[in-house]
Amino acid sequence: MDLSTLTYLVVGATFALYIGIAIWARAGSTGEFYVAGKGIHPVANGMATAADWMSAASFISMAGLIAFNGYGASVFLMGWTGGYVLLALLLAPYLRKFGKFTVPEFIGERFYSQTARLVAVICLILASVTYVIGQMKGIGVAFSRFLETSYETGLIAGMGIVFIYAVLGGMKGITYTQIAQYVVLIFAYTIPAVFISLNITGNPLPQLGLIGSMADGSGLTMMEKLDQVVTDLGFSQYSEQVMGSKLNMFVYTLSLMIGTAGLPHVIIRFFTVPKVKDARSSAGWALVFIAILYTTAPAVGSMARLNLMNTIQTGPVGEVTANIEYANAPQWFKNWEKTGLLQFEDKNGDGRIQYYNDKNPEMAAKAEGWGWKGNEMTKVDRDIMVLANPEIAGLPNWVIAIVVAGGLAAALSTAAGLLLAIASAVSHDIVKGMINPNISEKNELLASRLSMVGAIALAGYLGFNPPGFAAGTVAIAFGLAASSIFPALMMGIFNKKVNRTGAIWGMITGIGITLLYVFQHKGIFFIPGTSFLGDMGPSWFLGISPNAFGAVGAVVNFAVAITVSKMTHEPPEHIQHLVEDIRVPKGAGGAVDH
Amino acid sequence: MDTKAAQYWKANIRLVVSLLVVWFVVSYGFGIILADPLNAIRIGGVGLGFWFAQQGSIYVFIALIFFYAARMNALDREFDVHED
Repeated sequence: MDLSTLTYLVVGATFALYIGIAIWARAGSTGEFYVAGKGIHPVANGMATAADWMSAASFISMAGLIAFNGYGASVFLMGWTGGYVLLALLLAPYLRKFGKFTVPEFIGERFYSQTARLVAVICLILASVTYVIGQMKGIGVAFSRFLETSYETGLIAGMGIVFIYAVLGGMKGITYTQIAQYVVLIFAYTIPAVFISLNITGNPLPQLGLIGSMADGSGLTMMEKLDQVVTDLGFSQYSEQVMGSKLNMFVYTLSLMIGTAGLPHVIIRFFTVPKVKDARSSAGWALVFIAILYTTAPAVGSMARLNLMNTIQTGPVGEVTANIEYANAPQWFKNWEKTGLLQFEDKNGDGRIQYYNDKNPEMAAKAEGWGWKGNEMTKVDRDIMVLANPEIAGLPNWVIAIVVAGGLAAALSTAAGLLLAIASAVSHDIVKGMINPNISEKNELLASRLSMVGAIALAGYLGFNPPGFAAGTVAIAFGLAASSIFPALMMGIFNKKVNRTGAIWGMITGIGITLLYVFQHKGIFFIPGTSFLGDMGPSWFLGISPNAFGAVGAVVNFAVAITVSKMTHEPPEHIQHLVEDIRVPKGAGGAVDH
Repeated sequence: MDTKAAQYWKANIRLVVSLLVVWFVVSYGFGIILADPLNAIRIGGVGLGFWFAQQGSIYVFIALIFFYAARMNALDREFDVHED
C-alpha cells in the first residue's frame, strides 16, 4: 500500500474515533459544557491536560529547536514543564476549591469588580487567540504536506472535526477526545525515537541513549561524537551553546514557567476533577504524561542532528570524497527538498554537498582552502527533525502515517482547549456575567455553543488569512499570560490585602510593559519597520530577548498591585473571608451551584 | 481566622516554600547558573549540568508535585480540613 493511502487510512481512523467520542460524550448542561460536570478522574484529567498542553509546536518543532540550539534549548524543556510545579503548588487546588467555571470569574469575584473581570477576559482572549492561530496553521500544513490536499481543504477538515466534538460536547467531549489524542500522539512520538536511539546508541530507551555510547564501535559517547561533528564544521559546541546569555536563559525559563501556569486553557482543566486533592495529584499526572515526550525530545533532537550531519559529511572534514555527492543523496533528502524544508545550492559546482557554518571566520577561512564557496544547505527547516525522522531511520510507511496522525492530534487537542477557554469567557463571563445575569441554564448552554461556533469561525478566518505577525505570536502568548493572569491569580490566593484597584492596575501595567517591550523591538503589532529600537541583541534591556520578557512584566504586575493596594482601601471583610475559605479544602464538594 | 486555620496555612506555606527552593535549585541552579562547573561531573556521556537542564529537572518536578500532594493530604487530615 502506498504511503498516501496508508496515511489517509490512519488519519481517517483517528478522526472517526474522535467523532465517535463526540457523539457518546454530548454535554447536557452548562456544568458539563464548561467543566465536564467536575467528574473527571485525576489520571484521566492528567492525560487530557497533557494533550491540551502539547501543541503542534511541542510535537513538531521542539525537537528541531533542541537540535539546532543544543544546551540553549533547555529553556523550553524546563520552562514548559516547571510551570506545572507552580500550577500544582500555587493555583490549581485553590481555584478548584473556589469551584466556578472560568478564570476571569475568579478574578472578578476575588477582586469584587466587573472591571477586573473584563480586564481578565481581554488578557485571556489576547493570549488564547494568538496561540490558536499557530494550531490552525499547523493543521493546514500537516494536511497539505502529507495528504496532498490544499492548505485550505486541510484547514476546513480540521475545523470540521473540532466543530463536531467541541460544539456538541464542550469540555466533556473535548476531555475524552484529548485522552484519545494523547495516546495517538505519544505513540507517534516515541516509536521513531526508540528506533533512532537503537540505531545510533544500541539502547532502546531514548532517555538512556542520550547519555549513552555510540553503537558504531568508535568508543565515543553519543554527545562527544555530536560535539565533535558539529564543531569540526564550525558550529557551536552542542552541549554548551547558550541562548543569548545565561541571564537571558534564566529570564526566558522563568517567563515560560509562569506563562504555563497562567494559561487559561490549562488552568480550566483543573476545574474538571471532583476534589481539591484530585487537583493536586492531577497536575502531577499531567506532568508525567508530558515528561514522556519532553524527556524523549532531547534524544530525538540530538540524534536527528547527528544523523543529518553524518548523512552529508560522511568522513573527515576537508577530504573531497567525505562530502556526499548530491546524486547519491538518500531518497528522504530529495523528498523533503520538494517541500522546500530542505534547500541545496551547489555554490562551488562540484556536485557535492558542503554543510558548514560559513559565519564562523576560522571555519570560513579553512573552507576556502578546500575550495568550498559557502554553506550549500541554504535551508534546513527545524521541523524536519521530527517529520523526516521515520524516513531517516528507515522505518516503514505505517510509522510515517502515525506521525502525521500524531501531529494532527497535537494540534487539534490544543486548538479545542483554547477554543473552549475563549468560548466560555464569552458566554459565561460576558453574556451571563455582564449582559444578562438572569439567563436560563438552557439559554446559557445555547450561548456557549454559539460562542464556540464563533470562536471556531474566528480561528478559521485567522488560519486562512494569517496576520503578518502570526509566526512570532505563540511565544508572546506566554509573555501575556505570565505578566497578567498568573500574578493576579497568585495574589488573589496568597495575599488577602491586594484589592480591586491594585489588581486592575497590576494586570494593566504588567501586560502593558510586556507588549511595549515586544512592540518596540519587533514593531508595533509586528508591522515591519515600526520598531523604534530595533530587534538586535545590543538594544535589548540587559540582553533579555522580547520573547523572554514576560517574567519582567510579571514582576512589575506584582510590584504595582501590592503598592497600589497599600495606598488604597483594604478589601472588604467578606472578600477576606472568601480568601480564607478557598485556602482550606473542606466544603469543596458539590461545586456546580450557580 | 482562628489559630488552627492559621497554623494549617503556615504549615502549607512552609511546605510550598521548601519545595519551591528545590524547584529553583534543580532548574535555575543546577541547570543554568551552576551548569558549567557541574558539567565537570559526568553522568554517562553528558555533563551533570546539561543533564539537569534537559532531563533531571523534569524528573524532580514530577517528584515535587506528588510529594506535595501526599504531604498536603496528610496536613488536611491532621488539621481536619479534608473533604469528606
